[in-house]
Parts: sequence; structure tokens; C-alpha cells
Amino acid sequence: MADVVLRNLAKRFGDTQALADLDLSIRDGEFVVLLGPTGAGKTTTLRLIAGLEKPDSGRIEIGGRNVAAEAPAERDVAFVFQQYSLYPHMTVYENLAFPLKAPVRKLSAEEIDRRVREVARMVRIDHKLENRSTRLSGGEMQRVAIGRALVRRPAIYLMDEPLSSLDAKLRAELRLELKRIQKELGSTLLYVTHDQVEAMTMADRIGIVAEGRLMQVGTPREIYGNPANLHVAARLGQPHINLLPADLLPGGQPPPGTKTIGARTEHLDIIVGKNANAEIDWIEHLGDQNHLHIRAGNHKLVTLADPYLAIAPGDRISLTLRDPLYFDAGGQRLS
Amino acid sequence: MADIRIENLRKEFGSFVAVQDSSFTVHDGEFLALLGPSGCGKTTTLRMIAGLELPSSGKIYLDGEDVTFNRASARDIAFVFQLFALYPHMNVRRNIGFPLLSQGMAKAEIRQRVEETARLLQIDHILNRSVSGLAGGDRQRVALGRAIVRRPKCFLMDEPLGTLDAEFREIMVHELRELHNRIHATTVYVTHDQHEAMAMADKIAVMNHGVIEQFGTPQEIYAKPATMYVADFIGSPPMNFIRFTSGLKSGDRSILLDGVDVAVPEIHQDMAESELALGVRPEHIRFSDASRLRGAVYGSEYLGTNQVVAVETPGGLIKARVPANRSFQIGERVGLEFNPAKLALFDCTSGRAVPSSLYQETRHG
Repeated sequence: MADVVLRNLAKRFGDTQALADLDLSIRDGEFVVLLGPTGAGKTTTLRLIAGLEKPDSGRIEIGGRNVAAEAPAERDVAFVFQQYSLYPHMTVYENLAFPLKAPVRKLSAEEIDRRVREVARMVRIDHKLENRSTRLSGGEMQRVAIGRALVRRPAIYLMDEPLSSLDAKLRAELRLELKRIQKELGSTLLYVTHDQVEAMTMADRIGIVAEGRLMQVGTPREIYGNPANLHVAARLGQPHINLLPADLLPGGQPPPGTKTIGARTEHLDIIVGKNANAEIDWIEHLGDQNHLHIRAGNHKLVTLADPYLAIAPGDRISLTLRDPLYFDAGGQRLS
Repeated sequence: MADIRIENLRKEFGSFVAVQDSSFTVHDGEFLALLGPSGCGKTTTLRMIAGLELPSSGKIYLDGEDVTFNRASARDIAFVFQLFALYPHMNVRRNIGFPLLSQGMAKAEIRQRVEETARLLQIDHILNRSVSGLAGGDRQRVALGRAIVRRPKCFLMDEPLGTLDAEFREIMVHELRELHNRIHATTVYVTHDQHEAMAMADKIAVMNHGVIEQFGTPQEIYAKPATMYVADFIGSPPMNFIRFTSGLKSGDRSILLDGVDVAVPEIHQDMAESELALGVRPEHIRFSDASRLRGAVYGSEYLGTNQVVAVETPGGLIKARVPANRSFQIGERVGLEFNPAKLALFDCTSGRAVPSSLYQETRHG
């Protein structure tokens, strides 16, 4: 395991600037998630670190050494792709053991066996070690694919949306497992996704990427509670943050230059009946909580509410801001 | 607009029973979601309502009329598949107006209906644009416009948002429901996504192996699940099950879990000793040092407004949804307290809920 440092990394494909001036330090043992839409430059970043692409400029250091001249195999990284690619003619055990059998590793048969069984337990596939890899469910195959990366103990794991092909329930289970395994092993992990829930729930730090640029890096709580700009504020949070003109609702103290107010559920106080300035449009019943769809002037807002809150469509409410987020005309956060 | 009544509808493909004797009614203006995993019979049910598939037995009534053996074109319905199928060489106006043109409607009336529909969908400013240059959201709105312009008696939709990415799907879920709020068209919507069903539907039919396991409002299905299957399918994370072996007596108000008395809604049925499961929704758990039900934190998932904390207990991994204002360390010991009024009990053998005061008011399914 090792620190990984990216300095002024840039990469262009034809007319497209895939990555510009990327600076990022990943500390030893840290789980960093790059979050952004398709085409933001997330996968390009992983491929540059792995050596599958060459940067136009900038520097990549793994464990303090500049890896510019090193081939992918020399860089000591493990890559997990979105589509699990297992060897179909091998058993689960053989798939897991394969990366350890390379002659350069000089591992004894006992050591290989010990590591395979340990990792199989971690990814909970130890009961199917003798199964053909093609005889597994999608979730099991992806656990083997992750396990095959884990047996190697490289300087850094690079993971490109490894859970996105799985169904929602399995994805939720593996999220929890992957985070736990990473902590147990103390591994350094760079993970890219467009799924905000994966980023929020697994990352020690999140990097928000848009159009080839890293917009903000911080812990999930920092990114959610203290976004640097409108773009970052809009990337996290369910329901989506409400973006409102500065003078729509009372209760705020907008600093000079405020153009937009960002209000999440925790920034809105609702009182039914008194001095109404808004109306309940409709209610989305999600079981554990409700989404209230509210109309205030010409604006629509969505906020979370307890399902037992006595409120109905058509009810008039008073809506007040409580310490919301303020943004200037350029979308930068004001405080 | 009309109601749809289904009576003892059944469909067999050879020896395989795709849909087993289903009966339900979609009232005029209601939005019903048929929810279940692939192969549960939801799409077959929808295709029978549409007339694309003939039932093996049973009846389908549309607005009171028996349409069981009517051809699809003779039923006044609109079927929406994936929303993206547009005619690329036509502009927005002609795409929306096409179904009316093929019905032979007069030009002036088509014009008026198209413009009315476009206003409803807030796309009246792009009527003369080519569809090939449109952004994803506008393309979907145009496709929807083409379905609603005919003003059919009902809409049938088969996973129309299935191919969209998560963020955009959320937007379209809201738009579809808001459209429904404006036009109140009777709608049957097929999905495998419990979130879509919960967010949009007035009623949900949860299907499994060709059987409707429960039919009710989203709130009923969530709070009073009729079976373990429903309880597990709905909710994210799903309901926690804590298995234990015990007998039950009608009138009991508590159960013994690992030697700890846990208050539950009043039991309404005697049961011989058997394997049971206590069903607890994640948001009905809170952490309390006083509780004798204890476990160690396995992991926590921060979600902004709240967090989901997984706790390893003697009864298995339990997930709790709690406020996000405090952080939990892996391995930290915590006590668990349940909201007694909201707990469900299941018979693990049959998978069915044990009757209790939780289910008192109404029982569906």
C-alpha cells in the first residue's frame, strides 16, 4: 500500500479535453471516490494511473516514485472493471489464485492457498470455491472479480463502477462489504462512479469531477454540508437540493451578491396553516419517508417529511429558511 | 376515462402458469403499479389488458364493457413502451399529431389537440423543432405527448423509464406523476423498481411467481406487508427479519427475543411453536444504551439527511436508519430499541404475516 499523488495531470483526446490540471493526493489506506457524470474524466484518471493511457502533461507518483516510464504491469496497481471478466474455464479458486501464480511473484503454494482462502472468506464466496466461475450469479461473479484484485495487495486498487451492473439490493450489500474489507486490509482505493449514494456511503473523501476538472475534494459530510459551488451542491442529496431566487422565502440572511439560495430539507421549516406562503402540490409516499412537493410562487420545491406528519395535498403552509446555502451569479458559494 | 376490472385472469404458456387467477380493479383516474421481479407475470398481465395476449381464462372489463377477446386496436387504450421511439424525420408537432392523422382527424382539430397536449407537457415552445436535435428529457416528453394526444380511456406503460440513468429517472418519475395529477388518466404501470412504484402509484400490486401477493396503497404495502416477500421487496434498505422460535397466543403483547421481552402489536391468532420472524423497518429502530438487545456496529452509510447503520447482533445483521448528526465507529457496541406499534410478525414456513393489531383496520391481499 502506498500514497498516490497526481500533479497537474492533463489529457486530451482529439478536440476533447478529457482532463485538465488534475491535482489529487490519495493517502495510504484511504478510500477516495471520484463522482461525476459520464464523460467527466473519471475513467480517464484511472487509466492514466494504471498506465493504460499516457498523460499529455503532469506527473503520477505511486509510493513516492514517478511512474511515467513504467509499463502497466510494473506499476503495482489492480484494476476492477465494470464488467466482471473471469476466466470461464476456471473454478472460483483458480480465478482467485491466478494473479498470484505469475512466476515473478515467487509465492509458495501454501502462501497462495492461504491468501485465496482468506480473500474468499472476505468476499463471502468461500462456500463456492470449487464452482466453475460461469455457474455463479452476477453478484457472486463480481465478488470473485473484486476478490481477484484483493489477493494481490498492490499499492492501489483502481475500481471503475464495479457495482453498476448489479441489481439495487445486491449493490447495497456489496457497498457495505467493500467498505469493510477496505478498512480491514488498510488498502488504498480509488473508485469512480456516477452514483452519489455509492460516493456518500463508501468514501473517506469524495472528489467531484465535471468536464475534466476536479471541482471539490472533501469528506462526504464536507461535500454535502459545505459545497463550494452550485454544481457540487446539486450533485449530492436526495431529494435534489432546491435552488431558489434570493427573495422567494423569508428567514434567510443572504449576503450581498446572492443570486441563488440552495435549500435542502434541513434548511426548510414547515408550519401548516399560519401565514401561508406556499402550498402542498402532491405527496410522494416512499414508505420510510414522504417527499412533499411544494409550490411557492412559481417555484416547485421537494422536501423530505416524516410519513406520520399530518399534511395533505392542497394544504397551505408557511415555509421558512433556516441557514440555507447562498450562491452568487457565477454559482460560487457565499458565506 | 374509465375503470379497468380484472376477474380471475389466468395465463398459461404450456405447462407454465404465468399469471394465476388474478382479480383487481383499477378505478377511474387511478394509477396502478404492477411491481415484481422479472418473470413474475406483471408484463403478461399488462399485455392481456392491452389485448396483445389472450388470457387462458378470466375476464377483462374496460369501462364496464367485456373486452376480454377484443383485438388491441378495438380497445381504447394507449400503450407506452420505452419512451424514446420517435419518428426521426418528423418535427415535434408531426410526431405528436401522427396518431390523430392516422385516425383521419381534420387538420384544424389535430392542430388544436397537439397544441393543447404540448402546453400540458410544457413543450409548446419546441413544436416546430426537429426531434433529432432534442435533449433526452424533451424527447421523452414528445413520446409521452404522442401517447396522450389521443385521449384514450387508459394508459398502459411497460417499464418506460427502464433505460434511463438514476438521476434522470428521478426527474421523469416526478414529471409522469405530475402529468397524471393534471389529466387523471387511468394508468397501469409495470416496473421492477419499488422506488418508482412507491413514488408514483395510488395502488400497487406486488407480484411473485404469477400471484398477486398484496394489493393496496403504497402506505399499506409498506407499513402492513402481508408476506415476508412483500416486506423484503419494498423499502431500501428492506425490512429487517429477526428469526426466533416460539409459540404465540391471541392477546399476547410481547415476544421473547434472546431472553429479552420485546413489545409488539397485540397478536390476534394462536400459533403452535414454530419458526417466526420479527419484521422491523430500519427507521423504527433507535439506539439506546438502556436496551438489552445489543450488537456491534458493522458499518455505517452516510446519506446526508440521515444514515443507515448496520449492526451485527445474535439475530443477524440489522440495519437502522437514524439521524446523521453522530458518527459511528466499526465495532462500537450499541443497544437497539424498536418502535413497538410498527412491528410485524411472520410465520417463516408460510411466509405470511401473523394477524395482529398492526393489520387491524384493513387487510388487503
